[in-house]
Amino acid sequence: MEPIYLDNNATTRVDPAVVEAMLPFFTEHFGNASSIHAFGSEVGKALKKARGQVQALLGAEHDSEIIFTSCGTESDSTAILSALKAQPERNTVITTNVEHPAILTLCEWLEKEGYIVHKLKVDKKGRIDMDEYRSLLHDRVAIVSVMWANNETGTIFPVAEMAEIASAKGIMFHTDAVQAVGKIPIDLKNTKIDMLSLSGHKLHAPKGIGVLYLRRGCRFRPLLRGGHQERGRRAGTEASASIVALGKACEMAMHNMEAENTTVRRLRDKLETGILSQITHCFPTGDVSNRLPNTSNIAFEYIEGEAILLLLNKMGIAASSGSACTSGSLEPSHVMRAMGIPYTAAHGTIRFSLSVYNTEEEIDRVIAAVPPIVAQLRKLSPYWTDKGPAANPEAAFAPTYA
Amino acid sequence: MWEYSDKVREHFFNPRNSGPLEEANGIGDVGSIQCGDALRLMLKVEPETEIIQDAHFQTFGCGSAIASSSALTEMIKGMTLDEALKVSNQDIADFLDGLPPEKMHCSVMGREALQAAIANYRGEEWSDDHEEGALVCKCFAIDAVMIEDVVTANNLNTVEEVTFYTKAGGGCAACHEGIEEILAKVKASRPGAGETSPPPACPATPEAPKPPSKKLSIVEKIAKIQEVLESVRPMLQRDHGDVELADVQGKKIYVHLKGACSGCMMEAATLGGIQQKMIETLGELVQVLPSSHMPVEA
Repeated sequence: MEPIYLDNNATTRVDPAVVEAMLPFFTEHFGNASSIHAFGSEVGKALKKARGQVQALLGAEHDSEIIFTSCGTESDSTAILSALKAQPERNTVITTNVEHPAILTLCEWLEKEGYIVHKLKVDKKGRIDMDEYRSLLHDRVAIVSVMWANNETGTIFPVAEMAEIASAKGIMFHTDAVQAVGKIPIDLKNTKIDMLSLSGHKLHAPKGIGVLYLRRGCRFRPLLRGGHQERGRRAGTEASASIVALGKACEMAMHNMEAENTTVRRLRDKLETGILSQITHCFPTGDVSNRLPNTSNIAFEYIEGEAILLLLNKMGIAASSGSACTSGSLEPSHVMRAMGIPYTAAHGTIRFSLSVYNTEEEIDRVIAAVPPIVAQLRKLSPYWTDKGPAANPEAAFAPTYA
Repeated sequence: MWEYSDKVREHFFNPRNSGPLEEANGIGDVGSIQCGDALRLMLKVEPETEIIQDAHFQTFGCGSAIASSSALTEMIKGMTLDEALKVSNQDIADFLDGLPPEKMHCSVMGREALQAAIANYRGEEWSDDHEEGALVCKCFAIDAVMIEDVVTANNLNTVEEVTFYTKAGGGCAACHEGIEEILAKVKASRPGAGETSPPPACPATPEAPKPPSKKLSIVEKIAKIQEVLESVRPMLQRDHGDVELADVQGKKIYVHLKGACSGCMMEAATLGGIQQKMIETLGELVQVLPSSHMPVEA
């Protein structure tokens, strides 16, 4: 039985064409791009080409606006710390309470260091209140950092509009776009976005390569200092094989953009409809009409996500969950809690995230596999009876302590 | 993904004794849907003998919660209530060939459900004395509540002290920031907090103890060394390790670390703890070293 991979928001397979493009840079083209000899200049040319490929996918005006980093997290940290360091008179960061930990954990640490962090709340569909956003912009704000699309629900934030508003007030705008790049069209030259993070392994390039887009003219302080690589904005010898791979992956993402928004979207919708129509007491989370074409996050009430994943895994199906147990914490996903998803459902959320490699046949298999798994676990649940959920689940199960 | 043992997986995929038990005369409900784990344990107890004739469970929870519930029902069937009460959460974890540290609370929940169900059968009130906090030290599965309690009870001030008392922080060091936060929080809540007092210094080297009234003979000394080793063995055995004396050469005491202790990342801390006890008991400064450090030609 061929395994089915529906966890592409976690990471993606490296496309064989991408592997092929990068392999020579481990062997014959092993040079250091900074070297003057032929070994180096070959690599230098390849990096330039890759930079152009990334530039094209992002719609950036200049290729010098592309800074290669090691990952999305490094890009995020660089962006926010740079904004604070370059503008010492500003001490406030505005973000949302559904960001990736790459932003949220950094912000928690910044708060301990004495900075002020405002986290925008979201409504039950995961949408931001733009009036609240406008009211928070003042001249002590160093940077606004809002993800382009949410990793758990796929909900898309209006970052272009938010960047316009910030720009009008003279405030820098950063977006963590690791989930959006390659899935929806991006044209940075026609936005006011100052900085953007992307991560290679989310778009079929290898792990260990990321990009920080830095708009020309935006004040900047490097995170890593050392050599002159990336024009001194990110020291450290270029990961040439990975950079070449990312360039190739970006070129392929451009090519696949239409399929992502037609074929993949149709399969995602088919999967979601197929599951929702067969199972009671489950619902999609997030802003269903405004989300990434590849993501479906479904909450199954009265059962727990890790148990669902283990049973799916046994059927060869890979997905992920926002339950507490999958992360080792006691609380379910912060995104689900921010949206006010009740605990009876939040622990049972499952994210299916597709890619252009998924097929119709795979989706049919998943649609057939999920209902028996949910039924099996509900049979074990003290919150469930033969006829459906216990009339009053909280009362039906009366623990000695909670 | 967690590294679940084959036995955990087997009990999860094929849970024993699941579903309601009609003739149950003792029911224990623990956990809640908020924290993502809830377990109802149902017992059918023979009133004359107090033998558990049947046990069923219903669980809302992850793979290890379901496996722990299943294991528990298998373990206690045929036991008397008093025997069943002796089943510890470690017994449940051992039955399953171990649980990942983050999942030990699943076995704790099983033990609590058992206590609750027996209390219910006996018509007693059962109140839970176990409060679970966020997991701080993943190497040794120590949660925030436990660290806070130990820090408060023993007036601890440094991460090193917390490691000495609880093991938390003795592994990969990732939780040192978290432990520091707990220390700061407890410190702020102590009476007289806010007043400036110099932080108690942690001595870099153990203070030299008072010299004993008379010098120990070599036989007396070795007897005392054995005594100390005997006193720490139960603790090591609990973690599936062990220690024995290899040799004594002047002020150097060589020991064999065995079982889980050999090659454990806590080896240095274990030896440090033993050394501290040796110094206190012998009344002289000695060094405790692994037998691998013994000179080839003594």
